Amino acid sequence: MPNKLVEVKNLKKHFAVGRGKVLKAVNDISFDVYEGETLGLVGESGCGKSTTGRTIIRLYEATEGEVFFNGENVHKISGKKIKDFNRKMQMIFQDPYASLNPRMKVEDIIAEGMDIHGIYKGEKRRERVFELLETVGLNKEHATRFPHEFSGGQRQRIGIARALAVDPEFIIADEPISALDVSIQAQVVNLLKELQKEHGLTYLFIAHDLSMVKHISDRIGVMYLGAMMELADSEDLYAEPLHPYTKALLSSIPLPDPDIEESRERIILSGDVPSPISPPSGCPFRTRCPEAMETCAVKNPEWLEARPNHFVACHLYDPNLHKE
Amino acid sequence: MSETLLEINDLAVSFSTQGGEVQAVRGVSFAVAPGETVAIVGESGCGKSVTAQSIMRLVPEPPGRIKHGSIHLNGKDLAALSDKQMRSVRGKQIGMIFQDPMTSLNPTLTVGDQLTEGILTHENISKSEAEKKAVELLNLVGIANPQERLKLYPHQFSGGMRQRIMIAMALMCKPSLLIADEPTTALDVTIQAQIIDLFKEIQEKTGVAIIIITHDLGVVAQIADRINVMYAGEIVESGTVKEIFYKPQHPYTRGLLTSVPRLDGDRSQPLIPIAGTPPDLFSPPEGCAFTSRCKYAMEVCRAYDPAVTHLSDRHFTKCWLQDERAEKPF
Repeated sequence: MPNKLVEVKNLKKHFAVGRGKVLKAVNDISFDVYEGETLGLVGESGCGKSTTGRTIIRLYEATEGEVFFNGENVHKISGKKIKDFNRKMQMIFQDPYASLNPRMKVEDIIAEGMDIHGIYKGEKRRERVFELLETVGLNKEHATRFPHEFSGGQRQRIGIARALAVDPEFIIADEPISALDVSIQAQVVNLLKELQKEHGLTYLFIAHDLSMVKHISDRIGVMYLGAMMELADSEDLYAEPLHPYTKALLSSIPLPDPDIEESRERIILSGDVPSPISPPSGCPFRTRCPEAMETCAVKNPEWLEARPNHFVACHLYDPNLHKE
Repeated sequence: MSETLLEINDLAVSFSTQGGEVQAVRGVSFAVAPGETVAIVGESGCGKSVTAQSIMRLVPEPPGRIKHGSIHLNGKDLAALSDKQMRSVRGKQIGMIFQDPMTSLNPTLTVGDQLTEGILTHENISKSEAEKKAVELLNLVGIANPQERLKLYPHQFSGGMRQRIMIAMALMCKPSLLIADEPTTALDVTIQAQIIDLFKEIQEKTGVAIIIITHDLGVVAQIADRINVMYAGEIVESGTVKEIFYKPQHPYTRGLLTSVPRLDGDRSQPLIPIAGTPPDLFSPPEGCAFTSRCKYAMEVCRAYDPAVTHLSDRHFTKCWLQDERAEKPF
């Protein structure tokens, strides 16, 4: 088993939304990310997947719980060590239009991190920028241009070059391709895969597109309403989903294949995701779950290893519950 | 095809901007039969939405302009109608559903007011009759307690529910054609599945023809009878769903299909993207617009626009590879 690079333990991130109400965006989730792997996080809008990513990289302080990076509690790092930590963990954002400063040249956008950390100065800085541009499939003529001169796919490449500039070990990619056109998405995903191979990077890949997440990830975590529902190897999760939500999610995804679509049996969930401000009692999914039982309204299911390396939070798989 | 509901012939739409003329749609022709579902697929900027807006005559003029071409609905040319005449078509004979259910409803009016607005304009009926009809349609689109819901405002509904309301609204006057522009793009997948099911159901019940515009090939595979693939303002390939998915002939169509991962696909197989980016429609290139991104581009592609080749009575493509002198790469 490879090393645990990131350990997330009982992480909670709550936001106060006024009038004493609390939005529980992330509510007690735990998982590990192993060195060199890609862990995918999927779920529908508002499930807390982006908040999880942002809390791990300290864009948000955690409400409760811990995140360990290389054994160190990231929310307790202070002083000079913060800089070291920031170098090792980088982020790629969803919107390639909003995440690049329109007043800065590409060269300075990419090198900003290097300048802050005082690595690669003078002529070396420029060489490094050229090298990074080439790595992400752009060329050195692009260094002196401004973001508006680029297309969405090219901008996302600039964002990737910026993340790579400080030689990170771990990259959080938050919906890095959802703003891009289909033919461009594949270009960026292939690039991310190549870079991972070359630089031994570890990814947390956050997206709502389960087909793409399955393509890029070694393991996948499925989130719903701030909670982790299931976590497994991508092939296992697809071949043998355990949680009723995962089953429904998988069957909702249309396949680009009319023959299969003609005969496919689907599980169509009724209703909408409840508000995270007043989530249901017990299991968050019970209001839409086709297999909900009485217990589900009373007790929050435990996070258990139902099969080897296949975790699920669902009463259906709780051995103690079925003994009675 | 015996009957034709809608027939578009050589439609061209341009926008004049400070930088010059953008040729958004460059000679599009296709037909829709009553009760069928035709999908228009393509990437942003390919002209699929502008084509749909032209059918409704919703392209803002200026800066937009229908340069040439005709749009016949039941034999009447919509492109030649006056704005006033067009108003009796919009919402009555053609219903439209937009992408974003969050912004396409008026937040200051109740759902009931918005649902009945169209039918009160088009038909000579009383308010209570119109409301009865609205309740019927809310029932059809699967909204519980429709009577009470009429009094609510859009913000009191979720995204999926709002899209259901939009669909009900588009169907109020029993249109023969429904245009849905990316109707599920803003929705989560479990909600998307509900809405796609709803489209199929209403089509069975009302026999309405649907033009669906989307970039999601999975959605197309579920819902469409025929597909038009658009690139740089032109239809580059058109055929039945099975012809497009199983026998794609245009390199762009093939590229689209190989660049999306499949849920049931093999992870070790890399995706095959289409290199490069779409051309600038200020000055579309000579010859075939896809040349610069095409793996199979030949000399001739750069210089001359390819002709339309018919492969079956419904399947056609615009590509030089179909020429008998070209080597067949696939």
